Amino acid sequence: MTTSVQATPATGPRFSAIRIRNGFLVSLANVLLLIGVVLAAVPFIYMISASFKPQNEIFTFPVQIIPKEPYLDNYITLFGETLYLRWFFNTAIVAVGRTALSLFLCMLAGFAFAKYDFPFRRVLFILVLASFTLPFEVVLIPLYTMMVRLGWLNTYWVLIIPFAASAFGIFLARQYALALPTELMEAARIDGSSELGIFFRIALPNLRPALAVMGIIFFQASWNDFLWPLIVLNDSTMYVINLALPTLRGPYNDQYGLVLGGAVIAVIPIIIIFFAMQRYFIEGIMAGALKG
Amino acid sequence: MASSSEISPTGRRYAPGTPTGFRLWWHRHRLTIIPYFYIAPFFILFAIFLAWPVVRSFYLSFHKQQGISVPAFIGLDNYVNLLADPRFKQSLLNTTVYALGSLLLQIPLAFILAVVVNSRLVPWANAKSFYRLSYFVPLLTSAVIASLMFSILYDYNSGLINSYLMRFFGEEAKVGWVRNARVVKLSIILLLIWRFTGINSLYFVAGLQNIPKELEEAAAIDGANWWQVLVGITIPLMRPVILFVTVTAINGSYQIFAEPYLLTGGGPRDQSLSIVQYLYNTGFSYFNLGYASAIGYTLVTIIVILAILNLRFFGAFREDQ
Repeated sequence: MTTSVQATPATGPRFSAIRIRNGFLVSLANVLLLIGVVLAAVPFIYMISASFKPQNEIFTFPVQIIPKEPYLDNYITLFGETLYLRWFFNTAIVAVGRTALSLFLCMLAGFAFAKYDFPFRRVLFILVLASFTLPFEVVLIPLYTMMVRLGWLNTYWVLIIPFAASAFGIFLARQYALALPTELMEAARIDGSSELGIFFRIALPNLRPALAVMGIIFFQASWNDFLWPLIVLNDSTMYVINLALPTLRGPYNDQYGLVLGGAVIAVIPIIIIFFAMQRYFIEGIMAGALKG
Repeated sequence: MASSSEISPTGRRYAPGTPTGFRLWWHRHRLTIIPYFYIAPFFILFAIFLAWPVVRSFYLSFHKQQGISVPAFIGLDNYVNLLADPRFKQSLLNTTVYALGSLLLQIPLAFILAVVVNSRLVPWANAKSFYRLSYFVPLLTSAVIASLMFSILYDYNSGLINSYLMRFFGEEAKVGWVRNARVVKLSIILLLIWRFTGINSLYFVAGLQNIPKELEEAAAIDGANWWQVLVGITIPLMRPVILFVTVTAINGSYQIFAEPYLLTGGGPRDQSLSIVQYLYNTGFSYFNLGYASAIGYTLVTIIVILAILNLRFFGAFREDQ
């Protein structure tokens, strides 16, 4: 196949001899990609659609994406006859509490690791990083025993405190803090600012993007947590949504409308965060791969 | 040497005698002392809720502890028993199959998606961002929600998937997604593909965008076809991202719990039981705490081998010189 040898801009029309074949390939590729998009979206759309249907319509075939008439009983039952509101509240308290505490701990420590020189700095940081790769399941047994001793089962503390010291968090905080200009801190010192003042008045305001990125990561991790709540909560008034949703299936595992309604509401906060803070959300997801 | 004037760490000069005693000492050393106060809250929680349990769990793995009984030292017995335990071997096999599913199906699929979306096969910028945005949809759900959704799609008699199979291929085409021992692992893998292909594609797209366009252009001009460009230039330059995605996916696969637990409960006949669920059952249904800890450390051993790769890849101290 002969192609023109001169370099053309990447975006311009090139290789005119193979443009027709390309046209076919472009169509094929995009059809396949669109099928992929549909596959990615189907379970999600199905969930929303089925939550507005009565039990006997959920499984009618062929599927009607838009229900004949929106049926709200699943949601009415959810809020009227189950503890859903309470579970939502529990999940929110825990997620906000854990996010705030983690942000504070990780920012302060990450800032210290990035901007101060002190004995054992490297060793301590490597210690944290090493723990970062440990599967959390390894501490499950002793941590559970500790929670029993502390009398923390079925409290908010049990979900907020043990995982607040996030190794990934301190790693990210340090990465972001490294980018802070040291001259800014020096200038503040000369102006007589205290070290704590430097942290609160110079570091934190300049690290707002980092706070957003890490806040989203912590919030989502807490919101989606399952194994730990499963172990430390057995009082249904203290359940978080993820723990409660499977129980909504009922004794015969068949109340799908209720489960899906609960799931739809549980996803809403995450969707709001996604659209309101898309840039930080994406940055947070990419943080693992690209920072460092 | 001007012994009459003091120089602070910031280079300020003080008149003789201004700060004395503790205040002078503090002024000189505060920049190495204050950071310890900053890291203390983190490390106190870290020590209590992570470091100590990690050590304690290691200790317990050499002991027999049933419920709240006093741990009795039994040496390596837990580990020896584990190697002969058919349920553990089954869970190890299942979990390895999940990891292989990620490795051989999900990651290549994610890579192909990323390459196609990033190539001239999708010439419109709007379409590129639309595809990328749609990758996020599954990420908005949790493992629990995804599992519940799929348990409905997988329903034997009236689930969406079997309804379509029946429509096109007849009654006997129905698949026991969560009840057929030969199919359950595939069902779990399909769920994992749904949840994680998108994010891995995003990692690959980000990696692809870091490759200088000129390199691929130059190769194309030199007469290399798309396959030669892909194998000769794109994949070698993508190695760090591929390594990261691979290690993360294997790591995540070995720690899988919620999906099999909620979809199948580990059944039928333990065919979808994961290592973590076996640990959970051992610890919290049979209260065999020592044995459960040994399962935990076996999992650590598997994952640490991968973690070494992980740490090397992260190169955490690159900026420290």
